[in-house]
Amino acid sequence: MRKLKEFLIEKLILFCGLASIFFVVLIFLFLLKEGLAVFKTVTPPQFLFGKSWYPISEPPHLGILPLILGSLMVTLGAALISIPIGVACAVYIAEVAPLKIKEILKSGIELLAAIPSVVLGFIGMVTLVPWIKSIFHLPTGLTALSGAVMLAFMAMPTIVSIAEDALYSVPKTYKEGALALGATHWQAIHRVILPAASSGIMAAVMLGIGRVIGETMAVMMITGNAAVIPHSILQPVRTLTATIAAEMGEAVVGSEHYFALFAVGIVLFVISFIVNVGADLFLHKKEQ
Amino acid sequence: MKSLILSLFFLACFSTQSSAAVNKSVRIKGSDTMVNLAQSWAEKYMEIKPEVFLAVTGGGSGTGFSSLISGTCEIAMSSREIKEKEIALAEKRGIHPCEIKVALDGLAVVVNPQNPVGKLTMEQLAGIFTGAIRNWKELGGDDEKIVLLSREVNSGTHVYFKEHVLRRGNPQGTEEFAPSALLLSSSQAIADEIAQNQGAIGYYGMGYVCAKQKAVLVARDAKSPYEAPTIDNVISGRYPISRPLFFYLNGSPQGMLKDFIDYCLSADGQEIVVKTDFVPYKR
Repeated sequence: MRKLKEFLIEKLILFCGLASIFFVVLIFLFLLKEGLAVFKTVTPPQFLFGKSWYPISEPPHLGILPLILGSLMVTLGAALISIPIGVACAVYIAEVAPLKIKEILKSGIELLAAIPSVVLGFIGMVTLVPWIKSIFHLPTGLTALSGAVMLAFMAMPTIVSIAEDALYSVPKTYKEGALALGATHWQAIHRVILPAASSGIMAAVMLGIGRVIGETMAVMMITGNAAVIPHSILQPVRTLTATIAAEMGEAVVGSEHYFALFAVGIVLFVISFIVNVGADLFLHKKEQ
Repeated sequence: MKSLILSLFFLACFSTQSSAAVNKSVRIKGSDTMVNLAQSWAEKYMEIKPEVFLAVTGGGSGTGFSSLISGTCEIAMSSREIKEKEIALAEKRGIHPCEIKVALDGLAVVVNPQNPVGKLTMEQLAGIFTGAIRNWKELGGDDEKIVLLSREVNSGTHVYFKEHVLRRGNPQGTEEFAPSALLLSSSQAIADEIAQNQGAIGYYGMGYVCAKQKAVLVARDAKSPYEAPTIDNVISGRYPISRPLFFYLNGSPQGMLKDFIDYCLSADGQEIVVKTDFVPYKR
């Protein structure tokens, strides 16, 4: 009886352990099954490098280059804004701030993480968008820049909290040693502590970027969703995620459009997979 | 283990479906344009027949059709006719779409009230939305870039505007919205952007126009008179951008569904059409 119980519990834990992998594989297979069907209508280069996205025309134009570039541009913009601020914030919290300010900052950042993305999108729409329009004298404020700024807000909590953990786990002796050798506080931070925590900070950045690429609601509300190839960050763009979210409801199950949206999903999956594997490789390289 | 999860999943699906049938509930889904109208109909109808529950949701005409085809709604609302392709897909799944015209709608072309341009021909509209005309200067307005606002592709309004304004009703037409057109997810989003952007132009059902936007007068061609999107002009057909609104069902309406649709088409029902700023199909 006891053996049976032991056996059952063991198997149950095994199942739970395998479940996550199992579901990922299932999701990926489903994506592949539905998405690859689009290549009956278009060739892969036409799909990936086609410049126009008119999915419901006859015949449909299913080129996702503007969407890929739109996603990359928003992500890049968000990364450029959130990484310096996020890492600097983490350094301040972990190394510089007095205890009281530290507590306030940390809970503030947790609060930022708790704001739902649709609310951020809405706030961006009524505040940031008119603001960007008037500052840059643009015909419309619904631009990649607006999306990038709002997404930077979303990436920041992830970057700050993980980077801060990484900085915190650097052994105190490193810092003490550096200070004992006559380094100033800033020298100790940027010559000793930051390099020692770099793998953790890199992971923080990657996770932040991963969050940005997958974000949908806020970008759909404030980037304008025009499927043009962007030439500057002050233009409207349409991202991969917003395309899926906006069009999935319409796509008739089994149509080219439906398959194309799944194929867009595969592209997104591959991009975030590359980001994650990149982060992983970087981490392991550091460890050796 | 796998089969256990699958069976649990199916059990969950079936149990929700059967309970819905017991409560006499009808799911109505589709065109965002028609949500307010159908909601008003549903509320009044449920006052008369409290035992019936009508759930109205939006999402766009295409969403309505795909739900009808996949069996997740009983009535699909649509602001465009069903496509051949959609009929074929429906038949494949044993669904026979039946079309019922329930009301008319005029599409208003709207600009910011500050914009001096107040009337346009259909040809100019096609030029604007395909990207051939890019500056308000060319239309006698200020020297300002035109910002195009359109609904997302899942919207019947988007499809109707493309087919009847951009392509001038020519089924072989290949005109498309300029890629620079901003695709916004709701009529309200277009209305908000128009209200704060002097260079913007957009379109939506005439029920959405308020003081913060200006509806442009539209002429069929350069020789015709410019007409405003009003109820009288839509009924008489003088206003060029108007369209029928439909309900689609699986097979001809029967029982409870027939009763509800009869109510929508009755004098009371058509009065609600007028109240929600649409145009009655019958007078």
